[in-house]
Amino acid sequence: MRQLCKGNVAIVKGAILAGCRSYYGYPITPASEIAEAAALLMPQVGGTFLQAESEVAAINMVYGAAAAGARVMTASSGPGLSLMQEGISYCAGAELPCVIVDIMRGGPGLGNIAPEQSDYFSMVKGGGHGCYRNLVLAPASVQEMADLTVLAFELADRYRNPTILLADGFVGQMMEPLDLEYREIPIPERPWAVKGTPETRKNVVNSIFLEPDDLEAHIRKLEAKYIRASQIECRSETFHTEDAEVLLVGYGIASRVLHSAVERARRDGLRAGFFRPITLWPFPKQALLDAAQNVSRILVVELSNGQMVEDVRLTIEGRIPVDFYGRTGGNAPSVEEVYSQVMQHLMAMA
Amino acid sequence: MAIDSKTSAKALEILAAGYQVSHSKSPAFYDTYERKGDCKHQTHYCPGCGHGVAHKLIAEALADLGLQDKTIFVSPVGCSVFAYYYFDVGNVQLAHGRAPAGATGIKRTCPEAIVISYQGDGDLAAIGTAEIIHAANRGEKITVFFVNNAVYGMTGGQMAPTTMLGQKTTTSPWGRRASNEGFPLHMAELIATLEAPVYVERVALSDNKNIMKARKAVRRALEVQRDGIGFSFVEILSPCPTIWAKDPVQARKWVAEKMIPEYPLAVFKDKAHEAIENRAIPQRSVQDVLEIRAKDDVPLTELPKHSHHAEDLRIKVAGFGGQGVLLLGQLLTEMGMREGLEVSWLPSYGPEMRSGSANCHVCLSQRRIGTPLVTRPDVLIAMNEPSLRKFAAQVAPGGLILYNQEHLPQDLHLPHARVLCIPASEIADKLGSSKAANMVLLGALLEATHCLLPATAEGVLTTKIKKADMLTWNCAALRAGREFMDNLTPDGTITRAH
Repeated sequence: MRQLCKGNVAIVKGAILAGCRSYYGYPITPASEIAEAAALLMPQVGGTFLQAESEVAAINMVYGAAAAGARVMTASSGPGLSLMQEGISYCAGAELPCVIVDIMRGGPGLGNIAPEQSDYFSMVKGGGHGCYRNLVLAPASVQEMADLTVLAFELADRYRNPTILLADGFVGQMMEPLDLEYREIPIPERPWAVKGTPETRKNVVNSIFLEPDDLEAHIRKLEAKYIRASQIECRSETFHTEDAEVLLVGYGIASRVLHSAVERARRDGLRAGFFRPITLWPFPKQALLDAAQNVSRILVVELSNGQMVEDVRLTIEGRIPVDFYGRTGGNAPSVEEVYSQVMQHLMAMA
Repeated sequence: MAIDSKTSAKALEILAAGYQVSHSKSPAFYDTYERKGDCKHQTHYCPGCGHGVAHKLIAEALADLGLQDKTIFVSPVGCSVFAYYYFDVGNVQLAHGRAPAGATGIKRTCPEAIVISYQGDGDLAAIGTAEIIHAANRGEKITVFFVNNAVYGMTGGQMAPTTMLGQKTTTSPWGRRASNEGFPLHMAELIATLEAPVYVERVALSDNKNIMKARKAVRRALEVQRDGIGFSFVEILSPCPTIWAKDPVQARKWVAEKMIPEYPLAVFKDKAHEAIENRAIPQRSVQDVLEIRAKDDVPLTELPKHSHHAEDLRIKVAGFGGQGVLLLGQLLTEMGMREGLEVSWLPSYGPEMRSGSANCHVCLSQRRIGTPLVTRPDVLIAMNEPSLRKFAAQVAPGGLILYNQEHLPQDLHLPHARVLCIPASEIADKLGSSKAANMVLLGALLEATHCLLPATAEGVLTTKIKKADMLTWNCAALRAGREFMDNLTPDGTITRAH
């Protein structure tokens, strides 16, 4: 049965469905509804909600709860995520599974509270110190806000690694039908956790390896996980790519605009195709190469000055021209703007 | 302190002879310490360092109180970062200053565990000031041992927030000056001013008498946690001979003669169990909380798609904050969903929510909705003049504008769209609530476009509005909007019915 639900609220519903009963966070527009929904709902299912004194404290509460074996999450927006980077690095180093939501807003600095997609670099490329990766999922609808939250918890446990849900203010603030089906989602055992019990007494959760050889071995171990994840966890969506001449690539809210633009182009007989990464890390390289096999041009659209486009270019390796169109500051490209970009590309090719 | 070759050779000699620890050692310590290679009976701490004594007092208390299996020891950044090499309990290492936040997450996850946050002065009183104050103020049921030696030990003797006036360190080479670095921070006193902490004491590892007092304080603090009473905090004045460049005896003397006058030893707080209000929150099933309902358990006006649905209808609603702009959009969206359409609603948000203008985008479609942003609306519902002026030009050719006034402003010509002027606020006023103007406009929209069924609107209102009189007003306003439209002649003027 469908319910009309806000994207931010759907995240909390997905989390509860996934068995998460621990939320630590700090309010920030446009992510505050996540904390508000968690404050309202978590305690009603026996869970914990705690408003921390800062995002720095929040991510370390997440670290502590994860170390003690909880399925745990936090959420914020760009400025808060900047503060959390230290803790995210520690979580990755100590191999603690946790889910961190970033509802992106305009930056740098205080920027504004309008939607942007400008945290791609900081979330996908790391942001904190050290050799680590975040797994990053990019929902584009309210339904995906819930579904990918469930997946985020599963991936976090599978790889004992922080998993980021990277959405923007539009997807966080919009309402759409949400269809949730109740099911028991098994939470894996965490024999490594420290729970204050005789069985877990010998366990140590830490990220310090003072000897260079020890730290290098640890980094190799992390790297092996990342290689495994990049082989099997890539997810993406395509639409009209079979005979496309121009391939439009975007994630999150930008992909919604691109979907409309491709539909319109097809109605007008123009051969445009659509590619949407759902995992931003690992980046779905093979799927993109497959989708781009017969196209003569790629247009990447983001609500940024061009961040994901770098991964598209790394994937394409110069075989096809990859162009970029972006809007920032809280402006979103309209279907008309994207359509005229497609027209320009088709004309350039003719 | 580095082990020179002579000491190392001695150590090997001892090991070769099958060295056994002859003095008693708490079972809460590991049998051997792996931190320093061959010297498995030695810690990494310097001779005369207070950490060894503090560790011993804690380990003995844990063993004596029978808490070893339940304990989770949180080690900080500082010399005690390697505490997990010594304490045979669950161990979690945390970032610099963040131990009380991490301990909070641990304790909230494992309320039965004994959670110890062991921190130095740089960790607790400088970089982690916010975390310690707030953990204390929340009354987290954890125990904090705060080892104050007036310097940063591990990084080589820089100034700490507890460095004393005039004290020379590598970053206060002329001695700490109040004019430049402020005054020493008295953490025990500061924590004791808060309401929640239950037990706060300062002790010193200066001589045997004070060490025995420290022993008692450590036990008391752990008992407070064991009994679930609340937050306990023990500040331990501790010698750091290496950084202070003193021998162990001189260093202890320095604690007694220099530190204690600055940091007086006292029990600052020892509250008997004072019950803190703890209201139980009603519990519901996951399905209930997530609003997951079985398909045959839906008391809604479920209606099949009807012939009036356009393939796509993109609507913008705009007006002043407080006119129910966002709510009107949500109602349309909910109605569309109940009629089986794909729908989306996107608000303008942020400061605009609290004053000034508000608008939202609504998409109703037979197909998957691409962009939820409505840049070329088929329908504009303008609840005030600024919204009309701002968005009218965006309306798609042949689109519809519903304007909340009897007439368009005289200077405004909108030949590209069909304009319906409806004095909705006025109509709603006469019904007794000007706040229902949005419902009048909804009624008019349904009547003008047949995009969705009025019965669906009433169904949604019935499930969303709990107050009976509010529901009556809103339904009356909805009907009034429809009736107004019925009386509107095609050229946009009104046939007054008398």
